[in-house]
Amino acid sequence: MLRIKSIHTYYKKIRALSNVSLSVRENEVVALIGANGAGKSTLLNAISGLIPVSRGDIFFKNKKLNGLKPEEIVNLGISQVPEGRQIFQPMTVKENLELGAYVRFKKREKKEIAEDFDRIYQLFPILREREDQVSGTLSGGEQQMLAIGRALMARPRLLLLDEPSMGLAPKVVTTILKTIENLRRNGLTILLVEQNARAALKVADRGYVIETGRIMLEGDSEDLLVDNDVRRSYLGKDYEKFYE
Amino acid sequence: MIWQQLPQFIVSGVTSGSIYALIALGFCIIHNATGIVNFAQGEFVMLGGLTIISLNQSFHVPLIIAFPLTIFFVMGVGALLEYGPIRHSKSKDILILVMITIGASIFIRGFSPMIWGKMARTLPPFSGESPILILNAAIMPQTLWILGISFLVLACLHIFFLKTDTGKAMRAVADNRLGAALTGINVDRIVLLSFVLAAALGATAGIIITPITATSYDSGVMLGLKGFSGAVLGGYGNFIGAILGGILLGILESLGAGFISSEYKDAIAFLVLLLVLFWKPSGLLGKGEIRKV
Repeated sequence: MLRIKSIHTYYKKIRALSNVSLSVRENEVVALIGANGAGKSTLLNAISGLIPVSRGDIFFKNKKLNGLKPEEIVNLGISQVPEGRQIFQPMTVKENLELGAYVRFKKREKKEIAEDFDRIYQLFPILREREDQVSGTLSGGEQQMLAIGRALMARPRLLLLDEPSMGLAPKVVTTILKTIENLRRNGLTILLVEQNARAALKVADRGYVIETGRIMLEGDSEDLLVDNDVRRSYLGKDYEKFYE
Repeated sequence: MIWQQLPQFIVSGVTSGSIYALIALGFCIIHNATGIVNFAQGEFVMLGGLTIISLNQSFHVPLIIAFPLTIFFVMGVGALLEYGPIRHSKSKDILILVMITIGASIFIRGFSPMIWGKMARTLPPFSGESPILILNAAIMPQTLWILGISFLVLACLHIFFLKTDTGKAMRAVADNRLGAALTGINVDRIVLLSFVLAAALGATAGIIITPITATSYDSGVMLGLKGFSGAVLGGYGNFIGAILGGILLGILESLGAGFISSEYKDAIAFLVLLLVLFWKPSGLLGKGEIRKV
């Protein structure tokens, strides 16, 4: 569904991604794990059209995404839930969700949009309760749910999730992870970026490990979970085990 | 007694204040969409005034038709400013973009005398000149027009920002550009729209004030700065603040002119600007996010 063919991107003169290739198949959950500054968000932003790709190609359902604007990419069916949520804080929960369906206003999908409101309120009942509340007053977990809800309002085929568990209590993280499984069951394809590698690999079918802008490793989640390098670097296993 | 003139001072203060409020809103709309201060805002006001004078006096277009024509023309100028130099600027640095607006302002001001000459020109009031007496204050019909049209514009803006998709998208871009782009809002289009809207507000201010003050090619400088002061006073970028700040500035100015001396009228606006920047840079309704440099 999504194919990335050896792309390079630059941040000013520094190469942020070099020769990155990655693919996501229909209805798959793929995890992208790596440390801070490894290039995970850069990759998502390149897919979303926020930063230019200087070499290589990105294809979505055989359509080339290079050079398209962010709104055109949303229109094609790729939505991103960005790092730090980036919800519209002074606006109400309802307005945030409405804006999520912005690309669909012009298509006059009024009825479908109303249905989607229901769908999202079923997924996150707390959002219905907080419908008219200013979204900046929500808790971190609720804001994350709103950010996911807003992205879903565009009816994406592929959802890019950037660090959805960041800064959240363990219990809320569980809820978010359950939601991801739930969404996949309903036919959505997901590319999940996480520092919390264990959580990400648990819900994902496959994973990629990225380090300083390069893909170092790829494989099925079960294999990565037991891979020694991955365990030492990202799963925080006791050092003793390795040095014994 | 001078105190008996107080109602008169208040009325004239609110009148010029509502003009400043319209101009201040123009500053805020562009600032919220782009982060820049548009120093050509005053030029929109001047162009509004001079264009309607030409249409009405030279080409005898009735006011009711000349009014919208003028606004469309100035909107076009605003769109050109964004679509040309601002969008195609190689650097997206805020300071450079602000410089571009200053350049545009000087260009428009330099170009205008070639069309309109250097003399100040005016327009007859929209309806009659016989004042209405209320509470010791003689209110000119034009004052009512200014207040009425300003109020109408504010009501329309309110509905636009709260009820329409595009208005909501503008608020979204103002709050979070990244989030807006990722929800599929065309940020470039919203920025263009912000210039068009600011131009329309400036032109409206210029049109309704012309019958009382006359307009010349350089009227925009002072009006622009007053609007800017009003916006700063209210809390730069805050819509309600811009309205309050503009009206408050108008009242202060009018009281100062009445009780102290009319020679200081313009100085008062800048005194207010300096005091606000000194003691409360976030303005009356600002959030107080001041960056220390």
